[in-house]
Amino acid sequence: MSTVKQRITTTSGFDVEKARQDFPALHQQVRGKPLVYLDNGASAQKPKIVIDTISQLYAHDYSNVHRGVHALAERSTKAFEGAREKVRQFINAASTREIIFVRGTTEAINLVAQSYARNNVQKHDEIIITHMEHHSNIVPWQLVCEQTGALLRVVPINDSGELILEEFEKLLGPRTKLVALVHVSNALGTINPVRQIIKLAHAQNVPVLLDSAQTAPHLKVDVQQLDCDFCAFSGHKMYGPSGIGVLYGKEALLDAMPPYHGGGEMIKYVTFEKTEYNELPHKFEAGTPNIAGTIGLGAAIDYLTGLDLDAIAAYEHDLLGYAAKAASEVPGLRIIGTAREKASILSFLLEGVHAHDIGTILDHEGIAVRAGHHCTMPLMRRFGVAATARASFGLYNTREEVDALIAGLHKVKEVIC
Amino acid sequence: MSDLRDLYEEVILDHNRNPRNFLNKPDGTNRKAHGFNPLCGDEFALHLVVEDGIIKDVGFEGTGCAISTASASLMTEAIKGKTEEEAYALFDKIHKLLLQEDRSADVGKLAVLAGVHAYPTRVKCATLAWHTLHAALESENKTVTTE
Repeated sequence: MSTVKQRITTTSGFDVEKARQDFPALHQQVRGKPLVYLDNGASAQKPKIVIDTISQLYAHDYSNVHRGVHALAERSTKAFEGAREKVRQFINAASTREIIFVRGTTEAINLVAQSYARNNVQKHDEIIITHMEHHSNIVPWQLVCEQTGALLRVVPINDSGELILEEFEKLLGPRTKLVALVHVSNALGTINPVRQIIKLAHAQNVPVLLDSAQTAPHLKVDVQQLDCDFCAFSGHKMYGPSGIGVLYGKEALLDAMPPYHGGGEMIKYVTFEKTEYNELPHKFEAGTPNIAGTIGLGAAIDYLTGLDLDAIAAYEHDLLGYAAKAASEVPGLRIIGTAREKASILSFLLEGVHAHDIGTILDHEGIAVRAGHHCTMPLMRRFGVAATARASFGLYNTREEVDALIAGLHKVKEVIC
Repeated sequence: MSDLRDLYEEVILDHNRNPRNFLNKPDGTNRKAHGFNPLCGDEFALHLVVEDGIIKDVGFEGTGCAISTASASLMTEAIKGKTEEEAYALFDKIHKLLLQEDRSADVGKLAVLAGVHAYPTRVKCATLAWHTLHAALESENKTVTTE
């Protein structure tokens, strides 16, 4: 095995065994077996630096941000705004005014739906999404459609789980007011050709929102290079805390949008007659924010940047290829999502076995996977299934863990079939 | 491995592989209900023929995991020929068994379902068919869920 590891380290420049040491939760037994954590698509484990940063904040430096004049307020504010700058660099945004802290991807999309779309679409206008969206990139637009009389249009996919671009081009028209799509599918792993889609949409002056929740931990996101108008992602999937996420928006768009929530922090001046809103990004950050979560997210970004995202992407690509090949050799196993461009996700069915039975039996082997519809019910229906089992990989997963998964799947068949 | 067998007991596996009264929509069906756990994707339709207070025939269709399928199959076997009162009483006993409120109740073959209790996330799978039965007996024309 050591020769295999050696080779992986050399080809991708990424030392997985060293990285594994950074994650305390990985080093435990579950039901008497070493934990094999393959549920990273749902949420990732946290490196010690994130845990320590939050602990250090609460032990020494914690206070509310922005409004105090004392030493602790200064320290907390500095760390909080420091995290904003880290996010800006991480996605290469032009300015920290374009980085809005929210609870997660879901809130980011809802913010755009209510503050942007609701004020910019009218009856008979159209919002385009795709057939592989997470519910969080479907329901907020349905709400806007109900409020405005706009229509939701859906780009179809092929049997491999790839968008049919010609159909997208047909849907894109004078009534299209917004395109919202997932960058990397959480249920299939498909990497969508977002640059091409953005170019096509921009040619018709249509702005594009990217749901990058599954992208941020795996691939470099450069918002200026992509030229996306909005981009949403969550801290907890990229090895940071839960309850913190980011909405990136182009400054001109954010500037023209009304606030999403009213309250403290988002105002400049309040009288009962009139309130003057604060500047970006604070206009969209009413109330005391998730201070520790934000600072923890900053630590997670430092950690990822320190490891080099390109090296992680190459390593994970190799691991996914290894896993897909091994899985396809299991009799009766069918992979759902076989796009040419994929990242991190292996969704599958096992003939004669329901996904939840797979999940329970694998759990007995210490292996954590997700079983269900992955918050993509229309997508499940497209493939004619109620649920799939999903192994989703992170930077700390290994070929040995993939081997354990495959052995576990043989055990599943042995028990049920 | 032994405790996994408490859940996937041989009788349960058998009823999953070969569910009884499955795809059977009996003639004269006069009570029916729909059970659906959207998070799992488990979905069953239950059909009953109730005459003079007796469940004369029963059938179910749909898809689900091994636990929900076996529970539905075992249930149809157990209630066929029973009075409505007996079926309600059995519903109560199974409910208590799965929630571990009463393990002593005599439920015959259905005792194999007791192992599900050790898997809290799977109890809803085992109870789906039973709540669907309850709705059918009550003639409630609605979708039942145990999630």
